[in-house]
Amino acid sequence: MAVLSEQLVKPNLLATSRSSKLPFDQMFRLASFSSALVVLVVLAGIIGSMFYGGWPAFREFGFGFITSSVWNVGQDQYGAWVAIVGTLTSALIALVIGVPISLGIAIFLTQLSPPWLKRPVATTIELLAAVPSIIYGMWGLFVFAPLFARFVQVPVTSLVEGIPFFGTILYARVPSGVGVLTAGIILAIMIIPFVASITRDILDQIPSMLRESAYGIGCTTWEVVRHVLLPQAGVSIIGAIMLGLGRALGETMAVTFVIGNANRLSLSLFDPGSTIASRIANEFNEAIGMQLNALLALGCILFLVTFAVLVLARLLIARVKLT
Amino acid sequence: MKYLPFALAAGLAVASLGAPATAAEITGAGATFPFPVYSKWAEAYKKETGTSLNYQSIGSGGGIKQILAKTVDFGATDAPMKGEDLEKNGLLQFPTVMGAVVPVINVQGIEPGKLKLTGSVLADIFQAKITKWNDAKIAQLNPDLKLPDANITPIYRSDSSGTTSVFTTYLSQVSETWKSGLGAGTTINWPAGQGGKGNEGVAAAVKQVPNAIGYVEYAYAKQNNIPFALIQNQAGKYPQPDNKSFQAAAANANWSSAPGFGISLTNQPGDEAWPITNPTFILVHKTTDKPEQTAEVLKFFDWAYQNGDQLATDLDYVPLPDNVVGQIQAAWAKDIKNSSGQPVYKK
Repeated sequence: MAVLSEQLVKPNLLATSRSSKLPFDQMFRLASFSSALVVLVVLAGIIGSMFYGGWPAFREFGFGFITSSVWNVGQDQYGAWVAIVGTLTSALIALVIGVPISLGIAIFLTQLSPPWLKRPVATTIELLAAVPSIIYGMWGLFVFAPLFARFVQVPVTSLVEGIPFFGTILYARVPSGVGVLTAGIILAIMIIPFVASITRDILDQIPSMLRESAYGIGCTTWEVVRHVLLPQAGVSIIGAIMLGLGRALGETMAVTFVIGNANRLSLSLFDPGSTIASRIANEFNEAIGMQLNALLALGCILFLVTFAVLVLARLLIARVKLT
Repeated sequence: MKYLPFALAAGLAVASLGAPATAAEITGAGATFPFPVYSKWAEAYKKETGTSLNYQSIGSGGGIKQILAKTVDFGATDAPMKGEDLEKNGLLQFPTVMGAVVPVINVQGIEPGKLKLTGSVLADIFQAKITKWNDAKIAQLNPDLKLPDANITPIYRSDSSGTTSVFTTYLSQVSETWKSGLGAGTTINWPAGQGGKGNEGVAAAVKQVPNAIGYVEYAYAKQNNIPFALIQNQAGKYPQPDNKSFQAAAANANWSSAPGFGISLTNQPGDEAWPITNPTFILVHKTTDKPEQTAEVLKFFDWAYQNGDQLATDLDYVPLPDNVVGQIQAAWAKDIKNSSGQPVYKK
């Protein structure tokens, strides 16, 4: 460091040192460019090999692979529909539950929390993000599911029985505690740390002048949050939610433990289902032949679903920016 | 930054110094079911001989792939390979230990080991043809029990597993409708119920769901005290699931009836035989490029047959009967040769 500043103050040396630094600068560009390239190459490689592996299944079943809900390994008949529906449903439940809580956490931490509470809450959330997903799965299966069955499924089922709509979607034929809704709740817990901490950072970056002026003209806390902070942060918050959604769509281990793993479509959220990732986790180990191809094709579809969701998010952001 | 290359070089040097120089190491990969007993054996064997075993429990399918690619010294599989596949790939197959599958239940008022089922009733339950516990077919087998008027929830393994394969092999043997419908395999298109991942997933689901029935490895059910049901064997008796009844199934079996000892021990004759028993297998190449490695593999399993019974029993696995071990050793001596045709195994 001392050498560097000495060079800086000697103008005659500066030129030579700059020119000798140029190759380094080029190397630096090259290095960072290739780092970016690595991501693209890896992604292309993954998509390519999965599509190559899944191709026999696409060729054999055609478009029916997506729309068929049969998954029969014994007879080598495969269809992805149940898994696609399960993936989207559980991720949607996770967002519906997780996003309001995450926003609540972020707003509390940035606007309302007494300073002494900020750090403990923020640290807890970061710790939640570091818990491995198998722990969530085991906890969900052994601790959460029995409690959920006893205190939610059984009472809710007896409450809604016979009522149209709710009597269907919240009816537990077998109150076992696991199912699509349980998977959604566990996923919500898993995405909260991500969405909450990114949203908190976004809210923190809003110039405090804006907030203070709003309070200055007599706004209530609700008005400040609703009319000043959220419009400012809107686009970035959607980005944070999409990150959470991406995690929810692809989460494997935790979901496998609590979704019940049945290849059946059901209108009830309490019934077991399966997701694309859980199906792959369950069967990949011993899969051979067409089953392996079908699982790789499932992986391709998960890519497409995630991609479609990201595109939708971009469109949404573009719309928000326009208005 | 400029010390990085030195650091890398130093690291490499240390790593290469740390690599083992002489001690033999055998590598294997495959079935997860026998993994606990193989690692116990390996630990004791290393203490005695210095030879270590590196076994990766990646699943039977993976084990077969690895031995075919010759990346490991032996492969391990729960479901036996068919005779023609063994022949085609030049592999020798032999069993090591046995396990068993037991049905586990959660029905209020029924004590462990009291409920009696036949194979065909079990098949009907998992096909959702029998849906109530007080169904006439179950009541007829259990005149002394008070069976509840409740829906049965079948619980199955959601991950592809040898346990499912053994269980459904048995159901295919005892039920024509099962054989022509769902069939035997590691993954089944279950018509009803709910799936749990692994033995622990099935056990947890059975415990949590009233009126559920599932199937798990015997060792898992025993170690976790899960209530089980009895199954009628071929002789019409209801043996208790324990070492004695599993050994009985193995003793009565005709091991030479299938190539590579590849019989399934389900539905074996004998008053005492437990109907859902299964051996787990090892695969090695008959003509080996690495005779000294293969010799080490055979030495290891030879040692395990002689000294490993107690370790296996402690973990609730079932050792093979002595006459079967004799047949295996004869097969080793006859079939496994190095590239110049000399036998590799010496007793």
